[in-house]
Amino acid sequence: MFLVNYIKDVLSGIKSLATGMKVTGWYALHHRKEKITQQYPDNKDTLVLPERFRGEVVMPHDEHNEHACTGCTACELACPNATIKIVTKFDIQPDGKKKKAIDKFVYHLELCTFCNLCIEACPTDAIKMAQTFEHSVFDRTNLTKILNKPGSKIREGIE
Amino acid sequence: MYRETEILKQPGAGEPDVFGDMIINIGPQHPSTHGVLHLVITLNGETIKKVEPHLGYIHRSIEKMCESLSFRQFIYVTSKMDYLSSHINNHGCCLCVEKGMQIEVPARAQVIRVLMDELTRLASHQLWWGAGAMDIGALTPFFHAFREREMINDIMEETCGTRLTMNYMVPGGVMVDVHPNFQGRVHEFIKHFKTKIDEYDELLTGNVIFQNRVKGVGYLSKEDAISYGCTGPTARGSGVSCDIRKLYPYEVYSKLQFDEVTETGGDCLARYLVRMKEMRQSLSIVEQLIDNIPEGDVQAKTKAVLKLPKGEYFSRVETARGEFGVYIVSEGGTTPYRIKFRSPGYSNLSALDHMARGGKIGDLVAIMAMIDLVIPDIDR
Ligand code: SF4
Ligand code: SF4
Repeated sequence: MFLVNYIKDVLSGIKSLATGMKVTGWYALHHRKEKITQQYPDNKDTLVLPERFRGEVVMPHDEHNEHACTGCTACELACPNATIKIVTKFDIQPDGKKKKAIDKFVYHLELCTFCNLCIEACPTDAIKMAQTFEHSVFDRTNLTKILNKPGSKIREGIE
Repeated sequence: MYRETEILKQPGAGEPDVFGDMIINIGPQHPSTHGVLHLVITLNGETIKKVEPHLGYIHRSIEKMCESLSFRQFIYVTSKMDYLSSHINNHGCCLCVEKGMQIEVPARAQVIRVLMDELTRLASHQLWWGAGAMDIGALTPFFHAFREREMINDIMEETCGTRLTMNYMVPGGVMVDVHPNFQGRVHEFIKHFKTKIDEYDELLTGNVIFQNRVKGVGYLSKEDAISYGCTGPTARGSGVSCDIRKLYPYEVYSKLQFDEVTETGGDCLARYLVRMKEMRQSLSIVEQLIDNIPEGDVQAKTKAVLKLPKGEYFSRVETARGEFGVYIVSEGGTTPYRIKFRSPGYSNLSALDHMARGGKIGDLVAIMAMIDLVIPDIDR
């Protein structure tokens, strides 16, 4: 009796093994069609990330070096990690009036968790997420960025 | 309560006696524990006498941190707890804030939320299947599971912008409408996964080696599952009916056709089968909803600064691992006075000692794999 059970066990073991190996064998024969890996650094030119991908916060500037940021600090308040720091200054307008504008839009990439709350909070859509993802640098200080370009100013008509 | 010093005082401990107890540490960086879980195990030969989890290695004090964040910001932090169910965690928090603010969520947003929840559950169970099988010694399933999970991650990436910690749900709905490709890609995924889930069963479920490793291992009776406060597949494997989606339906779950999966085995195999069947249920929920997303807004109009009225609010959701509860005490300000999260992992872990006692040390890995522990969820 023991021997019969023993042989039965062995046979059922072989059967279940064969079932699993059938799947593996199928993939071994169809490896070209079923290939799912990407050769990452080699496919850099063709790699397209979705437009909503949250890579880093950037401030788009137009051809006149103008942006849409009014310096309202809504994004700074919305950020849970104090990633954004806005330094404002007062511009003297041609008519002699003072107007609040951003001096520096400081963005700490090393603190950012890509939650998108700042982008949602901005009333003028002055900032957006870029699709970059290779953020490693040799020095931590390189991760602190000033998003407004030097000499840039606010676009006409944005309040 | 057990302390190591007491163990050291026990007769036979620490003596060069081959029959005495031996204390070994698994973790905090043991590869089989998927994260920084530290277990102090008392062994007699190969038999486990006691398992004591030590927590605190990745404690980030999330509950305290939430007290200084606004009602919009704190939701985001909860994706860092059970990172494999981040959508569902966010969902629970949104429900709690909406309850307090009495915000009506638009129908479209409700359906999108449930769709995202179920896709997250699928992705989480797929990861569990792959990683759990790998713990037990089958390496191939890991690659199969990641292939399907990648499809879900791509869908998430396209609609939410991130792959793991999405922060897509906001009080009042969802952040943005789904991507135009969303429906097409989910259909593609359903078609693909329907054939592959049978392959999962073929590869692993019927395998004798796997069956021998999980059958009858880590027994947890129905009574014990209730008294340890287990939820999710861990408790449902012992025959406890505890699916929040069925018992306290939220959003559109009450209108959906799906079964609560329970098994009566109480061992690792039962917990495994619950999750495998749950995947099929989730797939059917996604199938029911994907062509029936109502038109309309995805976000209710809310104020920029949310102020929860004074009071206490509680809401719960079913994550991939069990019941997730959010309890908010508000003093009427812009930040919560106190937040308490009831995470499923912690209670499920508390039953580990009971399940493993008397078993062999090799079985411990199988037991842990089938509870599906996510350490940041336990140690938050
Ligand atoms: S994405 Fe989130 S963390 Fe990053 S800057 Fe914006 S609000 Fe702050
Ligand atoms: S980026 Fe937008 S939210 Fe931030 S300061 Fe500028 S205008 Fe205000």
